[in-house]
This record gives sequence, structure tokens and C-alpha cells, in this order.
Amino acid sequence: MAKIEAYIPIVGASVIDDLRLIAERLKGKLIQHINSTAVGGGVAEILNCMVPLLKELGVDTRWDLIKGGEQFFEVTKKLHNVLHGRPGEVTDEDLEVFMQTSRKNIEEVETYGDIVFIHDPQPIALVNKKGAGKDNKWIWRCHIDVSNPRQKAWRFLREFVVKYDAAVFSAPSFAQRLPIRQFLISPSIDPLSDKNKELPQETIDAVLKKYNIVRDKPIITQVSRFDRLKDPIGVIEAYQQVKRYNDCQLILAGGTAADDPEGAKVLAEVREKAKTDPDIHILLLPQNDIEVNALQRASDVIVQKSIKEGFGLTVAEGLWKAKPVVASNIGGIPLQIKHKYSGLLCHSIEGAAFSIKQFLNSPEYAKKLGENGREHIRNSFLITRHLRDYMLLFLSLYHPEDIVYL
Amino acid sequence: MNIRAKQPFRFYTRLHLSELTGLTASTLTQLLRYLKEVPGSCIYHHTHKFLQQHQYLSPEPPNDFAYWVSVILREEELGEKLASIDTVQFSNIRSLREKIVKTVEDYLKKNPLAKLRFAHEDEEFHFIKAISFLIPTNYTVYDLREFNEVLKKITIDSIYFHIFEARLRLEKPTNDFSNWIESSLGDKQLAQKISGLDPYTYTLEDLRKQLIRIIEKKIPAS
Repeated sequence: MAKIEAYIPIVGASVIDDLRLIAERLKGKLIQHINSTAVGGGVAEILNCMVPLLKELGVDTRWDLIKGGEQFFEVTKKLHNVLHGRPGEVTDEDLEVFMQTSRKNIEEVETYGDIVFIHDPQPIALVNKKGAGKDNKWIWRCHIDVSNPRQKAWRFLREFVVKYDAAVFSAPSFAQRLPIRQFLISPSIDPLSDKNKELPQETIDAVLKKYNIVRDKPIITQVSRFDRLKDPIGVIEAYQQVKRYNDCQLILAGGTAADDPEGAKVLAEVREKAKTDPDIHILLLPQNDIEVNALQRASDVIVQKSIKEGFGLTVAEGLWKAKPVVASNIGGIPLQIKHKYSGLLCHSIEGAAFSIKQFLNSPEYAKKLGENGREHIRNSFLITRHLRDYMLLFLSLYHPEDIVYL
Repeated sequence: MNIRAKQPFRFYTRLHLSELTGLTASTLTQLLRYLKEVPGSCIYHHTHKFLQQHQYLSPEPPNDFAYWVSVILREEELGEKLASIDTVQFSNIRSLREKIVKTVEDYLKKNPLAKLRFAHEDEEFHFIKAISFLIPTNYTVYDLREFNEVLKKITIDSIYFHIFEARLRLEKPTNDFSNWIESSLGDKQLAQKISGLDPYTYTLEDLRKQLIRIIEKKIPAS
């Protein structure tokens, strides 16, 4: 686990000085994070990195978990999907299962923090403890794209959300009309993690060799789960359109969850579509961060042609490696790419193909946008900015004004 | 001669947090309506965030309104007009807001068809408010030499605060640097030189370099 000092060469000493200045203002406040799992998933990943850094800065931070059985997590998964706007709806029975477990957690989980920071819908009902006993502040952190949720599910959650002091969303389009304050805090990448740290050329070469990829023509890469929402078939079609004019190769790298029958089906379709072309490399890499890092670094163009994204941090990963990125104009992606400044946004397969060609045919332009992208990520999407925003969020609970003197 | 000020200059850092308003516009008519209603902190956010977030890019960065109108609505003429609003001329957010509103209104009068343009889902304009936190740093200086040394290492946020925000949002008559240099060091010429810079046409790092260049010329040889 990296120490806060280790980030100085990346973001500069003054940025770390600022973090220390803010942390001083939080002396005496106890921050309690609560979510549903200690490992696996984006939230646990962020908290595993964030909690030790906050502690090191002197902010008293704890992390607690709620409990739930299989049935409860089936319901919360369903809730997650319909909040993303996917077809289906939660039933009254589902909601009763949710409430049963929630009632138990309300009894058992102690909410001792001055600030209780609840992540995602699973523990959301704990807010019913607010006002009983300790006079604490409550934040709900939503990591889901709720720009277009199914109404029944959202109405159910909204009853809890309005009891919080503040809500936090990852992209402007996720904001709701709510009577409480809502903040925009994007997720971040850790530049010192295995997925993002600098790699020696030998490591990159070894990974290419392992997968029989020869760098004799430009490499286009998408790193994503094999999931329809990531549109891997669309990526192949875009690549085929490019290939008519520019000889190139395509890497589709990602995993499928073992419990996801849909994923296996998508993978089979992708393999079928790619089978006559030896320049398409389909790589299954479940949780191999160094290999993902190496493949991104070996690429000439990075693509993220998703149909729906919670945030799309693979874009930040590509840009952080100063790669030219072509990505869909959805969710949190337009925050990471300003079209023609720090990458190219697309709305269709043809658009993606056109942008990839532009990058392959104008290496200087591609290089410039990649470099701009790296600086944009350095400014706005690294863990240090995320720490800063969270600490400011905590302070804002005690300062309702727009200009706060500390 | 090295002049030592009686009143030192204390560098502040300024940090922003973005607050969502839930207000969105898909058309110019909606944009105009909210431009008139939203808090001043929203106008500040959308005219200054771009500058800071993309400060490594070429100078003359557009504001969010200009970017959205040009790139999303494809009303490039209006986008150009909004991008070229001379922010440095405005001493407060109220008058800057009036200018933006008038620019959009005048354009819609001449080009009523522009009202028919609308942004697709996912491309609407979302109004965001800047919450600013002002924190004194540990840097306090008494003369130009010390001032210059801190200028080299302070965060870009600090320079940004003293140059832009103090003047426009806190409605001070000039930027903080010029104010201190004139009132405490008595160097009116240098103060004017700094306030005469158009900070909006530099990237922030270039602005830092330019300030250092101007100030170094005034530091007596030791």
C-alpha cells in the first residue's frame, strides 16, 4: 500500500500540502464508512486504498460492513440493474426481503461516526437510525448510473435518500431533483496500483509474447468485460471498417464473471465474429492487473465503445498512459474526454472507425491528444483529487455557504 | 533597495467542490431561463472551471456555455460570441451574468430558428455550483524576493484564487497580488503591470511564469 509521500513525484508537493491543510480542519471528527463487502467490486477497491490514506493524513476513519444473506444480495443485484435502467422491475416481495435484512442491520450495526458515509443502495436504510442517539451527519454515496432508473425502484430508494444530509454522484447526468444537497465527485484511478504504474519495456514485451501478439502493425485495444453494454461486437465492426484502409490488429481483453451466463454467450458471439481474422486477439484475463496495464501500454489506440457506463475508468487508465482514446459519449466518459482536446468521442460504430483512422493516420495529433489526456487525468482523476473532494465534502456538512473560510 | 512590508502577504489556497443543482437544459431557451435564475456560484463554475481543469491546453479556453453551444448544439456563431466574452472586464459575477444573458438573447432575436436546436439525452447542459474553500497556507512573505520564491512553488489553485476569484467573486477592486504590492510595498508600477495582464488568455502555468518574469525584473540584485 502506497504512502501519501509516494504521490509527490506524480502530483507535486503542493497538492499533498493542500491535503494536509484540509485534513487539519477535520481533526476531532470520526468518519465511518459503511458498505456491504470488504473485497471485490469497485467500492471495496476504492475504500481499501482510501481509508489508509485518510488515516495517514490524520483523519480518523473507520470502515464497517452490513450483513446480508444470499436472498438479500440477489435483491440488491436486481435493484442495481433496474437503477441502471435495465429491463425488469423489483417486486413488493423483493422490497420486503430488502427491508427484513435492513431492519436487522439497523439493530446490529452501530453508527458511531460523526459522519456516517453510506455507499450504494445495500446499506441505505441505516439512515433510519439518524436522530436516534448521536447527533451525526449522513452522506449517501451513489456509485450507480441513475440517469434513467426504473421508477418503482427509484421511488423506493428516494424515501431513504431524502433523509440524508447530502448525496454524492459520479456524473452530472446522474443528479436528481432532491431536497438535499447533491455533490459531484468522480471516482479515480490510483497511479501507483499494478494497473496503472509505470512498467519496464521487458514486462510489456513479455506479455505480448505470452499472447502471441507481434507489434508489426498498429494495435487497437478495448479492455472490458464481455458484456453487451460494452459492445464488443461493435468494436470488431469498427475495427473491420478501419482495416479496409489501415492494416492493424485488435485486442479485446477482459473477463466474464463465473455466475454470468450472459457473459459466456457474448464471448461465444465475439469469437464467432472474429474467427476468420488472425489479427483479432480475444484475451480472457480475469483480474490480471499487470497484464491489462501492459496491453494498454502496448496499444496505439484505446477504445471504449460502451453503450452504458457507471463511469468508465478504463478511459482514465488509457489516458493516464498518454494513449489516444476513442470512447462513447455516455455516462462519465465526457468528463474524462473533451472532444478533440483530450481524445475523441463517438456515438456510433462508423464514428468510432472514423476516429480510430484519424488517430492512425495522424500520429502527431494522436500523441498530442494523448498527452493532453494524461494531464487531464493528473489534474482531475487521480486518487489525490478524490481524497481532497471527500475531505471537502465532510467539511461542507458543517458549512452551508458557497464560499467557506477555514 | 529591498523594501520590507509592514503587512505581510499571506498566501491562501482555494479548493473547489462541485455541487449539483439538478437543473438541466436541452435547448437555448432553457439555458437562458436558468442563466437568469441560478446562483452566482453556478455562473462562476461554468465560466472558470474549464480554465482550471484544462489549464495545460492552449490559451483562450472556452467556458462551458461556449463549449456546449458550439459542440453540442452546433451553434458555432453563438459559441464564438460566448467564448470571446472578455471576462477580465467584469468586476463581479452579476455583470458577467448579464453579459452572457444578453449575448444569448440578442442571438436568439436574430436567429429564432436556433431555439429549435436541442441536445440529445446524455448531452444536456447540467448546471453545477462551485463551493469554494479558502484556507490560509503556511506561506507568509514580507518582500518581493520571498514573494517570488513562494510563487514558484505554491499550488496553481492559490494563484488562481488570488488572481481570479478574489476580484470577481469577493468583488475586490483588483487582484490580491497587485493590491499588496501597491499598498504594502508602494510599487504602483509593478501593481499595475500585474493587474494589466489578461489572465484569461494564458494557461495557468504560463500565467505563473509570466508573473515570475515581471517580478524578477523588480528584485534588487543582492
